[in-house]
Amino acid sequence: MDEANLVSDSGVEPVAAHTVTILYFARLKEVFGRGLERIALPGSVGTVEALREHLRARGGPWEAELALTKPVRVAVNQEMAGPEARVGPNDEVAFFPPVTGG
Amino acid sequence: MAVRIQSEDFDAGAEIAVLRRDNPAIGAIACFIGLVRDVNAGDRVSELTLEHYPGMTQKALEKIVEEAKSRWDIIEARVIHRVGELRPTDQIVMVVVAGAHRGEAFAACEFVMDYLKTQAPFWKKERTPQGSRWVEARSSDDAAARRWTR
Repeated sequence: MDEANLVSDSGVEPVAAHTVTILYFARLKEVFGRGLERIALPGSVGTVEALREHLRARGGPWEAELALTKPVRVAVNQEMAGPEARVGPNDEVAFFPPVTGG
Repeated sequence: MAVRIQSEDFDAGAEIAVLRRDNPAIGAIACFIGLVRDVNAGDRVSELTLEHYPGMTQKALEKIVEEAKSRWDIIEARVIHRVGELRPTDQIVMVVVAGAHRGEAFAACEFVMDYLKTQAPFWKKERTPQGSRWVEARSSDDAAARRWTR
């Protein structure tokens, strides 16, 4: 996993990469074929909304399942989080369908 | 613990006995138990698998219980939710609330269930003759939870 600092094209603004743990549950875990991954994110990916977009860029099922029209729920560090919520170094971010317990 | 996530079955009578033991302030206990049915969306269901988000589940349920305690003058509350493979007639979830009077016990019990349904990270997968499928969230559950918004 590359956690080294990256330098932006301009060479002026240093953009720190940060590593996060991402969890997937229920249908998303099946469709993506994984329940957990640790990935290094560009420093520019600092919110739930940006992370969702970053994952969608993988295409295929990622693009389809994380489309903004899909009712995907997100938790950051085990608290329900909205699109504007911050995602920082070593955060645990979970993506899952609307819950159906009880 | 006010909240337990477990694969084992539970005994509501035994849980209530522990909850009310030696507490003469308790005058009312409301209890809800959710069970696995053998039919959903018109199809026979032979098995139900409950998945959850370990870690968050416990915290989410504790938060719901704390919220209930802040809204109503209740004395004790317990939530037990099962995970893993269940069959029709099996118990899934139990919410018990004890208070001085029935009003707050009924209301808090219903509130905890309504919030659990929409906020706690559990997912059901059911096996039907057509194969296995994830249970879809119901808008009526969202509507039930919204009743308590203030």
